[in-house]
Amino acid sequence: MNIGFIIDALVTIIGVTTPILLAATGELVVEKSGVLNLGVEGMMLIGAVTGFAVTLNFGDSLGDWAPWVGIGAAALAGAASSMLFAFLVLSLGSNQVATGLALAIFGIGLSSLIGASYVGTVIAPFNQVFPDWLAEDPIGRVAFGHSPLVYFALIMVVAVGYFLNRTRAGLILRAVGENDISAHSIGYPVVAIRYAAVAFGGAMAGVGGSYFSMVITPMWAEQMTAGRGWIALALVVFSSWRAGRLLVGAYFFGILMTLELYAKASGFSFLPSQFWAAMPYIMAIVVLAVMSARDVAGSEAPACLGRPFMPNS
Amino acid sequence: MRIRLEKRLTPSRFMLVATPVASVLLTMALGAVIFELLGFDGPDAIYQTFITPIVAPYKWVDVLTKAAPLIIIALGLSLGNQAKIWNIGAEGQYVIGALAGAGVAFAMPQAAPGFVAVPAMIVAGIIGGMAWAAIPALLKTRFRVSEVLSTLMLVYVAMQVLNYLIGGPWKDPNGHNFPQTPPFSATQSLPNVIPGTVVPPGFVVAIALTLVFWVLASRSVYGFSVRTVGAAPSAARYGGFDAARTVWSTLMISGGMAGLAGILEAMSQLGQINLGFPSGYGFTAIIVSFLGRLHPVGVFLAGLILAVTYVGGQVAQTAVHVPEATAGIFQATMLFLILASDILVRYRLRLVRAAPRAATAGAPA
Amino acid sequence: MKVGAPPRLELVGVSKSFPGVRANDSVNLRVKPGEIHALLGENGAGKSTLVKMIYGILAPDEGQIVFDGAPTRISNPRAARRLGIGMVFQHFSLFEAMTVLENIALGLDARLSQRDLLAEFHRVLDAYRLKLDPRRIVSTLSVGERQRIEIVRALLLNPRLLIMDEPTSVLTPQEVEQLFETLRRLAASGCSILYISHKLHEIVALCDTATILRGGKVVGTADPKRENPRSMAEMMIGASLKEIAKPAERSFGPPKLETLDLSLPKPTEFGVALKGVTLCVRAGEIFGVAGVAGNGQNELLSALSGETPSAAESVILLGEGVGRLSVTERRELGLCAVPEERNGHAAVGEFSLTDNASLTGRNRMDFVSFGLINSGKATSYAAEVIGAFTVKATGPGALAGSLSGGNLQKFIMGREILQQPAALVVCQPTWGVDAGAAAAIHQAIVDLAARGSAVLVISQDLDELLTLSDTIAVINLGALSKPMTVGEVSIEEIGLLMGGVHGDPAGTAQMTEQLHAHPA
Repeated sequence: MNIGFIIDALVTIIGVTTPILLAATGELVVEKSGVLNLGVEGMMLIGAVTGFAVTLNFGDSLGDWAPWVGIGAAALAGAASSMLFAFLVLSLGSNQVATGLALAIFGIGLSSLIGASYVGTVIAPFNQVFPDWLAEDPIGRVAFGHSPLVYFALIMVVAVGYFLNRTRAGLILRAVGENDISAHSIGYPVVAIRYAAVAFGGAMAGVGGSYFSMVITPMWAEQMTAGRGWIALALVVFSSWRAGRLLVGAYFFGILMTLELYAKASGFSFLPSQFWAAMPYIMAIVVLAVMSARDVAGSEAPACLGRPFMPNS
Repeated sequence: MRIRLEKRLTPSRFMLVATPVASVLLTMALGAVIFELLGFDGPDAIYQTFITPIVAPYKWVDVLTKAAPLIIIALGLSLGNQAKIWNIGAEGQYVIGALAGAGVAFAMPQAAPGFVAVPAMIVAGIIGGMAWAAIPALLKTRFRVSEVLSTLMLVYVAMQVLNYLIGGPWKDPNGHNFPQTPPFSATQSLPNVIPGTVVPPGFVVAIALTLVFWVLASRSVYGFSVRTVGAAPSAARYGGFDAARTVWSTLMISGGMAGLAGILEAMSQLGQINLGFPSGYGFTAIIVSFLGRLHPVGVFLAGLILAVTYVGGQVAQTAVHVPEATAGIFQATMLFLILASDILVRYRLRLVRAAPRAATAGAPA
Repeated sequence: MKVGAPPRLELVGVSKSFPGVRANDSVNLRVKPGEIHALLGENGAGKSTLVKMIYGILAPDEGQIVFDGAPTRISNPRAARRLGIGMVFQHFSLFEAMTVLENIALGLDARLSQRDLLAEFHRVLDAYRLKLDPRRIVSTLSVGERQRIEIVRALLLNPRLLIMDEPTSVLTPQEVEQLFETLRRLAASGCSILYISHKLHEIVALCDTATILRGGKVVGTADPKRENPRSMAEMMIGASLKEIAKPAERSFGPPKLETLDLSLPKPTEFGVALKGVTLCVRAGEIFGVAGVAGNGQNELLSALSGETPSAAESVILLGEGVGRLSVTERRELGLCAVPEERNGHAAVGEFSLTDNASLTGRNRMDFVSFGLINSGKATSYAAEVIGAFTVKATGPGALAGSLSGGNLQKFIMGREILQQPAALVVCQPTWGVDAGAAAAIHQAIVDLAARGSAVLVISQDLDELLTLSDTIAVINLGALSKPMTVGEVSIEEIGLLMGGVHGDPAGTAQMTEQLHAHPA
């Protein structure tokens, strides 16, 4: 095994990790506020198709700025779709599991509808910020050869960790997820805080989705996120709702998904390729089992996670 | 003026029945507007999607064929949903059930008579679905893993099992290298429809199961225990109902139902298993379950409605050229609306004049 | 207290309605600076609604709130705190998984640095001679310590008005005395206190003035130091007090319900382990278990009802070891139970009374055949309970959650009592129940014992146990004291046991410390 192979593998791992890291970082904030949004997959797809469409349609007029605008649009679209969920769950008190599921199904359908006319079109991939001498250096490319989104994901997970544990706003957000009734009676606007958290989660999922259509394969395909949104949800459980572990867990899944790619491409086939394709999902289940069994008291999850809160009833 | 929510002392029975109907009607209205905005003939698209399959007799077979698996799966899911056990991986159990039945078919001699082959395959299908649902049941009761995620992850695993089997060990040697199994023999198959009628065999099973589940859910101690576990777990334990047993039984029943739907579909409609076998019934059944308000009779009617949108979606595709994905959006919209309208069952909406001393704190407008 | 100074707080014609209830009906109230003012009323009289409006959690429909002479509109708790209004909640507004200091920070609107916050925190602890470790996680603290967090949180605001909502319901008699000390010191510094309670002897001991609320209306004000407690009680209840009719000479039959060295591990991280609980309840006897909340009461009930299995011989019913048997099997043998939490444990709020009758009555009352429930039988049993226990409900079809606390409790008690249990275990039978319902429930318990059943009553309300039971024991940290005969034991003795002195070094140390701080 030569250096080049290892470098290639590392670059691939960092690439496949980024979208789930982005989506999971957003979902971490949502769940910390006490809301379970299962619609990540749908929001990612809406982000993916929006980012792609905006970049494609404004490519001529915006030039180099087009992908940045595309990413922004993906974030907005993700946040907007999450507001549908938020309205039902937070204002109408609907069941969070079912509503999240509805958002996932809705996102899959809506993105297919919007994307139908884009199938087969390609845009320029959004994959380098640093100058060529850094980004194309045989070894330096591990650190410098990525899309800006890769660095954005790393910055966001650190920022979210800092926000949750070191800032007063983060303390309030955790308090809302820990005991909504108490937070309400002290005078914190529980519902408004949750709206904000859900919007942030939606925006991050949207950006995560756009990574598929704008960086990995710069084109649109139906359901191109291929279940990564669900992996992101498992990742949040895996992290025991901590930003540091979220980062570690994301790379763990990234390695598994890279194995799948390499198994398909190379002579790694003492096991059928389907085995490697199923591997991230099997490992996600195993990881859930290990983490959930460890947390005997259930004390790691935010205490109000998934519970409806209607302040005026 | 603003809207105020007032909690009802007892849930409204009228709203319980009226809101699903209103959700369907509102979905149609919204759909017409959206299609119109997208540049299609809105009213016609809605007519083709929702009405044509009902008024055109040649579409009835299609509707009943689609309704059968939706109803069978959704009956099982509704039971679990009443206990707040969310099996969202019925699609995987549907696939594994069909594969298990097919495995039995390929293992038995081709000459085995129908009265042996058919029941053996059906039983294998049910057991296959149960086995796949047993994994999340075990994980939930032993390791407290959320069944929402585990059932769903297993859908992706089931797809890979299907891909592997039909592309490898079970690949049809005469299939021109397509990933598909060999066809079932005549004694291993069921007819598309019961001869002389428009009724597929699966639909007969769906009717029978609707009645069984009706009695089970509304009259039996078991149904009562499931409802109690869902409504108040502590009260259930106090009343002598075991939560772990409920997790197991509801997942076994919903998994078995999905497996049954899978093998019936394979035996009576496709005659083999191919790449297109997983067609999303397992996911759509979740919508059926909610639209039917988790009640067996409601589920039966909701299954028919969703089947209509499936068939009508195809009609509209050819007649009005709307994209294929619209059926999914209709279904999701219906689910959103039914979930949103839930609040009308529990609350009364009241218009209040925006007085300076406005009423209760903080309902976001 | 200067003459002529405006009242600290004045309510003028304040009203508030909820669907189907007029919770407050033109309430007038006046609290002077530095005064400890009692708000006295039964459960459901509208006390909590009233203080929620003062603290800005609810907005009044009508009326005026005047603070320090200036009419104000208090739109949220933050605004209330800005005015100098602090509140200590009955069900604490704390965050279990967070530290004491984080909880304090969440209750303050000012952004203080960690160091300043800590300094302020210690300043308040010193000024009021309170003890609290800022780094502890709340879930590891006793109820008394949790209340102290709430008090410190309020005191850090230098409040001009402090609202205390039923603060003593979870404290030992000694802790109550300590709390009163703090409140008196606070009042002496000029802070007004609005003290909500339904316990008359506390109000007599602490308060300067009492406003009595009934059915959402003010029915009178009194000086508790002068007024006869009985007349205040009758104003509060709106009727004359009823005595429980209890046979004077009581003799007990053979043991019916026993536990023998019943030990169980903690059910959850926040639970309490049971340590060698041994007790014996004879036919016709009412056995009271006293103790501060969270000392193993719920665990004991679960072990007896069968929700938690134990060693076979550690729970004995009619001479037979039933520790391994399920809830259903025990009930069929005649052991019925009523847990503390009515809605969600003893009953399902979103189920009809008929379904709630099936919840525990289905086997003993014979509703089931071939796995199917005979809804006719269930309905008529529910109707029988409603009739026999004068439950106010629209009928067997009414949802349990739509009943008032007292009526639901009467239904639950009736449902178990009409099953003619050999032994009945009840936890907090009259908690949050109005006086009329409480009297009816007490009478039903006494009558059941008189018919030869063994009754075990677990309660935090010492007065209730002393009037009701024949024998009393105290549970502390999961261990049960020796049984004592009621009438031969003093409240002080029981209070000491509730604080924990039976051979538990930590408890004893704590106790001695408290005794030195407050010589009785």
